Amino acid sequence: MNFPEDLKYTREHEWARVKGKRVVVGITEFAQDQLGDIVYVELPSVGDEVKKGEAFGVVESTKAVSDLFAPVSGKVVEVNDPLSDAPETINEDPYEEGWMIAVEASDLKDLDDLLGAKDYAKFVEEEQE
Amino acid sequence: MALRTPLYDVHVRSGARMVEFAGWDMPVQYAGILEEHQAVRTRVGLFDVSHMGEVVFRGPRALETLNRAFSNDLTRIADGQAQYGCLCRESGGVVDDVVIYRRSAQDLLVCVNAANRQKDFEWLRDGARGQAEVANESDDWAQLALQGPRARIVMAQLSRTDLASLKPFRFLNGEVAGVACTIARTGYTGEDGFELFCPPGQAQKLWEALMETGASEEIAPCGLGARDSLRLEVAYRLYGSDMDDSTTPLEAGLAWVVKLEKDDFVGKAALLAQKQKGLPRKLVGFALTDPGIARHGYDVLGAGTKVGSVTSGTRSPTLKISIGLAYVPPALAAEGTTFAVDIRGRAAAAKVVKTPFYTRT
Repeated sequence: MNFPEDLKYTREHEWARVKGKRVVVGITEFAQDQLGDIVYVELPSVGDEVKKGEAFGVVESTKAVSDLFAPVSGKVVEVNDPLSDAPETINEDPYEEGWMIAVEASDLKDLDDLLGAKDYAKFVEEEQE
Repeated sequence: MALRTPLYDVHVRSGARMVEFAGWDMPVQYAGILEEHQAVRTRVGLFDVSHMGEVVFRGPRALETLNRAFSNDLTRIADGQAQYGCLCRESGGVVDDVVIYRRSAQDLLVCVNAANRQKDFEWLRDGARGQAEVANESDDWAQLALQGPRARIVMAQLSRTDLASLKPFRFLNGEVAGVACTIARTGYTGEDGFELFCPPGQAQKLWEALMETGASEEIAPCGLGARDSLRLEVAYRLYGSDMDDSTTPLEAGLAWVVKLEKDDFVGKAALLAQKQKGLPRKLVGFALTDPGIARHGYDVLGAGTKVGSVTSGTRSPTLKISIGLAYVPPALAAEGTTFAVDIRGRAAAAKVVKTPFYTRT
């Protein structure tokens, strides 16, 4: 399974791509695989505040509903709107086309406890056992 | 530990994702639920449904004894025919919904839901009061379901039995890929198809032959996920979700399998009384007109307060809309009526629609 080196990961299986104060958020390949076919996604609007560790949205697959947890606190500056009509994009391309929101982080220290790619891969392995 | 069907190893080897369902380790999906769903609607899919149970009634009074425990009427079908209906309690509550295969008036097979194997067997045996021999043969049968418009093409290549003239809800004994089976033109998907009952030791041989021969028809092995979305599109009830011991078949919209004019059967008095008094709630099909997916257990809201609950819901892969079944007060049950579903705190608008949601053309 692919966990890009340049991303940071939560233990709830979101990824964060950090560029300055801008943090783009999505779910990992492992998450989309566990969920199965994603058929619905509920995301916040531009301007909404999200809080680290709290739910900012929902993904639903044919099997299950799953909350999305924010890896950082901040203001939503961009939302991947095409996902609402094509949620399957998250399955097909979780790290690029399947991104969900971009947040302007209020405190980059929020990122300190996220996992690197190697540690996340280990975490996934342990969770599967 | 969860129970395993004779095809467990085959599923694991073919990369299925296994989940526990009704005490069984079952494949929930192979390639993906949407892809499997689509395969059954347009081509052909193969399901392992060996977790289903089989209870057999035998003896000179088998038919009348079983008919007394059954809401539908077994005297109205011929030998070689199957019939859907409910087993009810005296209260009218549903013990299970079943398909009964009438091999003869002295020999009938009741196909029961996996979770209810033991409950149904005890219920039927106790209810029979020694008037018929009642046997739990659940462990003696494996069951495969071959479903989809091309199912008959696959079967024609594997069986010398004339299946083209086998009508819906008819069955016969024959051979498929050299395996002696009961071949029934039944299913739980809303498509043409067959359900095959065979000895557990032969299940793997039968599965592999169907997969191999089905390859030219682009057959897909299918799991319980697709089975659920397929059945919901045609509004087939799922026991344990859409009904249980506390709901009657009339409330569940199954009046068509309740023959109140036939001789006495368990639950008849209660069901007659309920019919005369009027139903307290009705199971209806609905489509969401707001975004979201309604799930089992979500509240139905009328004027802001809870008036009912969703029993099944999904995004219909074929229709591309959110559909579901819900119990609502009779005043909200007419087609076109609107209500709301509480989706995690958000009131999503829904409209009562005709079922089945999907009909094959």
